Amino acid sequence: MRILLPLASVLLVIAAAALAFVASDYRLFQLTMVVVYAVAILGLALVTGFNGQISLGHGAFYAVGAYVTAILMSLYDVPYWATLPVSAVVCAVIGFLIGLPALRLGGLYLALTTFALAVATPQLLKYKLFEGWTGGVQGLTLDKPDPPFGLQINADQWLYLFTLGVGVVLFILAGNLVRGRIGLAMRAIRDHPLAAEATGIDVALFKTRTFAVSAMFTGIAGSLGAIAVGFVAPDSFTVLLSITLFVGLVVGGVASIAGPVFGGVFIAFLPNVAEEISKAAPGAVYGVVLIAFMYLLPSGVAGGLGRLLRRAA
Amino acid sequence: MRKQTWVCAHKAKGEWTDLTDSSRMLSSATCPDPAPGLAEPLLQVAGVVVRFGGIVALGGVSFDVGAGQICGLIGPNGSGKTTLFNCISGIYRPGRGEVRLEGRSLQAVSRHRIVDLGIGRTFQNVALFRSMSVRENMLAGAHHLGHTGFVANALRLPAVRREARSAQGRLDQLLDLLRLREVADTPVGSLPFGTQKRVEMARALIGQPKLLLLDEPAGGLNHSEVDELEGLMRRIRAEFDLSILLVEHHMNLVMRVSDKVVALELGMKIADGTPDQVQNDPQVIRAYLGEPVAAQPAQAAHV
Ligand SMILES: Nc1ncnc2c1ncn2[C@@H]1O[C@H](COP(=O)(O)OP(=O)(O)OP(=O)(O)O)[C@@H](O)[C@H]1O
Ligand SMILES: [Mg+2]
Repeated sequence: MRILLPLASVLLVIAAAALAFVASDYRLFQLTMVVVYAVAILGLALVTGFNGQISLGHGAFYAVGAYVTAILMSLYDVPYWATLPVSAVVCAVIGFLIGLPALRLGGLYLALTTFALAVATPQLLKYKLFEGWTGGVQGLTLDKPDPPFGLQINADQWLYLFTLGVGVVLFILAGNLVRGRIGLAMRAIRDHPLAAEATGIDVALFKTRTFAVSAMFTGIAGSLGAIAVGFVAPDSFTVLLSITLFVGLVVGGVASIAGPVFGGVFIAFLPNVAEEISKAAPGAVYGVVLIAFMYLLPSGVAGGLGRLLRRAA
Repeated sequence: MRKQTWVCAHKAKGEWTDLTDSSRMLSSATCPDPAPGLAEPLLQVAGVVVRFGGIVALGGVSFDVGAGQICGLIGPNGSGKTTLFNCISGIYRPGRGEVRLEGRSLQAVSRHRIVDLGIGRTFQNVALFRSMSVRENMLAGAHHLGHTGFVANALRLPAVRREARSAQGRLDQLLDLLRLREVADTPVGSLPFGTQKRVEMARALIGQPKLLLLDEPAGGLNHSEVDELEGLMRRIRAEFDLSILLVEHHMNLVMRVSDKVVALELGMKIADGTPDQVQNDPQVIRAYLGEPVAAQPAQAAHV
């Protein structure tokens, strides 16, 4: 198991990279969005799955990341890759600030408060005062980045490989984080805050920092998403986005690093699949599939796979 | 940080009994109160008062626990034992009075710092991290011995590996001592209650406490397990050089293992002395033999 898992991950990454040379441009765009959503869900998994702070508003951090990148690229001509660290810092700071009041709100109250944040996001983005930066209702359009170093690939291939590369790095960082001292503390707080304090864990510090890191991951996903789509507008970041990320988290498996990958696949492809099954009522198909998933895999895809592997071992 | 020897549990059984017996004699010689001129006691509970609304859970309780002592804390249900534990571990703040460790007041120490000062505890109803394995629960108990932060861990810097290795040594020793190796990778939620209590003890011990608070460790144990627990406590005290404050309803166990016993009733101390003295104290006998005055509805435990 110890060697198998990293090996499987390496093979998976190589296979994913190889797809850049076989898939159609449209499929590549979809795959790029799988990575983007996976990273966004990974951020949510850190705070909700590992740390037990339920957020129904992570779409807001995604939106902030997307807008930071869009504003820097279109207004200040910053190269796309250089916008990522800025977006990371901005989202981490905002995440930390939202993590502070979150300390006083347990469980469902926190869920509701973050939900309110998600509801308010599109309105804030449309706000007249910010229109100079945000482009108001119209939003902002971005240029598709060209492949660097004279690489003989097209822009879609490059965009996919770039996004995949950033995603892999972020998954490795998150994996390291949760398997050591920090991850244990995050999970201890989720399982029993009082006992966590009695074992010397500074609960307030860990909760706010986890919120910051989580917002940072989801914010970077937003940046990557903005670059991939080439366009940001308030109505792309409605409350539905937050709910979709939450759905991806639960479907993939909440307290797992692999889970968000499955969640990303699920939320990127299911709408299309549903559309193909029934043009008339794709929403109903989506709902039925979701219910079936939860019924068959109550601990998400990652949880189900884990159980299968353990049984095989 | 205090240096502590983590002797490996390879010694022959006979040697253990010798060790424990001699240290027991030593500490019972200084019992119940440390001889004058010695350093101040490890733990001082001084006039602690705790109220919950109208209920006076502790009405001014004072006693000391010396270094290396096992001190039993007894009393009928609802007499304030767990409340006192919660004061010592910073979960409740006394309304009046204070708790001192090595002469230092714990009044202004935040909860997560208590363990840094050297106090580890278990909970009456077991407060484990349920979804985590035995090993992970124990490693969480070593949290305060580490210093690496988010960035170092995300990058898995050498310091992170070093910390993990040093915790590993203590983990191994305790897995053997508390017979937890078999279940090391089992989620604690699925273990029997008695085993969970040992996991809690291991989680507290890995943090290298000077004072270990045990809240009813014998609850739910059978006869032979209680005997085993007695040996275990002696061994822990000798090997890790710590004091134990033991809350327990199992009188035989308390009287056998303790150097000193404190008895509470309705939040007041009614006796304090050697096991013999306390056992024969008329007030204690009255409290336990259930004169109507002392009759109290059994209280569900808290925390
Ligand atoms: N959080 C709380 N809120 C209100 N009352 C409390 C609280 N904690 C304890 N009490 C009350 O304080 C008194 C002492 O309770 P405590 O749990 O300390 O007793 P105990 O000696 O540990 O009893 P047991 O042997 O049943 O565990 C009881 O009357 C109890 O109802
Ligand atoms: Mg109690």
